[in-house]
Amino acid sequence: MAADPVIRLRGIDNRFGTQVVHEGLDLEVSRGEILGVVGGSGTGKSVLLKTIVGLKPPNAGRIEVLGRDLTSGDPAARAAVEDRWGVMFQDGALFSSLTVRENVEVPLGHVPDLAPATRRALAQLKVEMVGLPASAGDKYPSELSGGMRKRAGLARALALDPEIVFLDEPTAGLDPIGAAQFDQLIHGLSRALGLTVFLVTHDLDTLYAVCDRVAVLAERRVLVTGTIEEMARVDHPWVHDYFHGPRARAARHEG
Amino acid sequence: MSEPEESAAPLRITSAETGETRALEIAGRLTVFEVTEAEDRLAALPADRDIAADLSGLTRFDTAGAWLIARLRQRIEAAGQSFRIAAAPADFEALIARVSGLAAPAEPAAPAPRRGPLDRLADLGEGVYRAGQGAGVFLGVFGLFLARLGRALRHPGEFRLTALVSHCEDVGLRAVPIVSLLSFLIGVVLAFQGATQLRQFGAEVFVVDLISISILRELGILLTSIIVAGRTASAFTAAIGSMKMREEIDAMRTLGIDPAMALFVPRILALILMLPILGLVANVMGLLGGGIMSLLVLDISPAMFLTRLSEGTDIANVLIGLSKAPVFAVIIGVVGCNAGMRVGSNAESLGRQTSKAVVQAIFAVIVADAIFSIFFAELGV
Repeated sequence: MAADPVIRLRGIDNRFGTQVVHEGLDLEVSRGEILGVVGGSGTGKSVLLKTIVGLKPPNAGRIEVLGRDLTSGDPAARAAVEDRWGVMFQDGALFSSLTVRENVEVPLGHVPDLAPATRRALAQLKVEMVGLPASAGDKYPSELSGGMRKRAGLARALALDPEIVFLDEPTAGLDPIGAAQFDQLIHGLSRALGLTVFLVTHDLDTLYAVCDRVAVLAERRVLVTGTIEEMARVDHPWVHDYFHGPRARAARHEG
Repeated sequence: MSEPEESAAPLRITSAETGETRALEIAGRLTVFEVTEAEDRLAALPADRDIAADLSGLTRFDTAGAWLIARLRQRIEAAGQSFRIAAAPADFEALIARVSGLAAPAEPAAPAPRRGPLDRLADLGEGVYRAGQGAGVFLGVFGLFLARLGRALRHPGEFRLTALVSHCEDVGLRAVPIVSLLSFLIGVVLAFQGATQLRQFGAEVFVVDLISISILRELGILLTSIIVAGRTASAFTAAIGSMKMREEIDAMRTLGIDPAMALFVPRILALILMLPILGLVANVMGLLGGGIMSLLVLDISPAMFLTRLSEGTDIANVLIGLSKAPVFAVIIGVVGCNAGMRVGSNAESLGRQTSKAVVQAIFAVIVADAIFSIFFAELGV
């Protein structure tokens, strides 16, 4: 269905002990799209993200990112894609002993022969691109608010201009204004940089505002994918409740 | 590290001067991986005429490349010439517009002012002041503990006996193996070292006095306190500190529970009850280790050891040793609880306060022990 898939998951199984999280999960993400992944609590949205980026090896199945098979166990395949994706964790996951700019400089350290002054300037550029004030670069993560930490985490994820960004609940814990700004930021940056975005979220506003396509996790697999309009017509109790609840109606009117 | 392999056309920069303008052509890849090379080449371009840039041959570009073009434009325009993009992929022009004006080169930071001797003197004074403040806080927490303890005596209903018993188990019972083992070994070491020295004077039998007095009076309780300081002060700090971090302490206050009553009193009281017992265990094990070693090295029979022990050692030594235990217990408990309450909102401060609590508790215990030594020496007991 998807043209030019950059992420292709086939038959993913994830288990923790006897608890089965995913079973035979298939998913494709095509180049340049913003995919929103939704699902009830405990359906393994974050686990899925961690599985794709290699933090939790799947118990079975095949993961292809940018045409490379990451489940083959070939370190070269992983190395080839690692600089081409960026991950933003829920609370930014910034290194607390480094300033924001130094955090963004960490991935830039992978670039051979990059002069320190250029590295600094590029990191500063990313800090400002995600909408942080220029002075935030010299601050430590503990001196920032939650929303600013998320922005800084995004700046670090974007440091190498990756082709794919994984965002784990980017707007959770933000006030509505901050969340809306973050939505616009993601949308604007993904269009400007040609990003493919894999976005795990609970936030209906985000789904309506930025996502091209939505994937619903339920019953241990990707139950259904499609545009948000298509979701409204899906005849499954959870999907129906999710996209027809009072919050969904409110979000749809705004979006 | 491997370079992205697609769009392998390398970076190509050519410039040709035609009269008033310089035609600049950049083609191939212009990403963060080529930025160093491109930066050098573009920096070499003189800003002596207008530039018309043809970027249509770029196969791959990113923000780093756009930033480079934006910076070049800035430099050329600052020199009073014009910079025009003749042709470029539409996305790239948008990207250049987006990064223009961002990440302006910062003014070099003012060098840190040199620190003179006066500043160091000020540091010293500040350190002394802080230490004094720390002692004040210590007394404050101690006072709070006493006040809450008094309250618990008047209103036994508020006292949490279950917590006390559970802390007694943690602090006392679980520490018995390590305390026993270490004091046993110290007894062994004392007997062995004492034997080799005293043998030179033919005074082997005084090894018993050496072991009994040093262990009963000093080492038994001091060693126990140092182990407990390392084990328990850190545990108190970590437990109370993580509760502070997760706002549990605030939640307690809003629910009308007094953190000092709920957290400090059972913990410090458990220490006061358990440390003398642990000290006694340490004494017994130390004597046992010394006795076994005396038997092996000096052939002093257990019966002779016991006779010598009761003849040469006054019961006062045991009492002096154990009388220090409650004081050490209060020091360790108050330092641990106080450090826990000083934990901030991040995990880093939890780690810092925990290690600080251990160091402070051990330091304070040894200082107190030294004061006790002088005190008892002056008393002549």
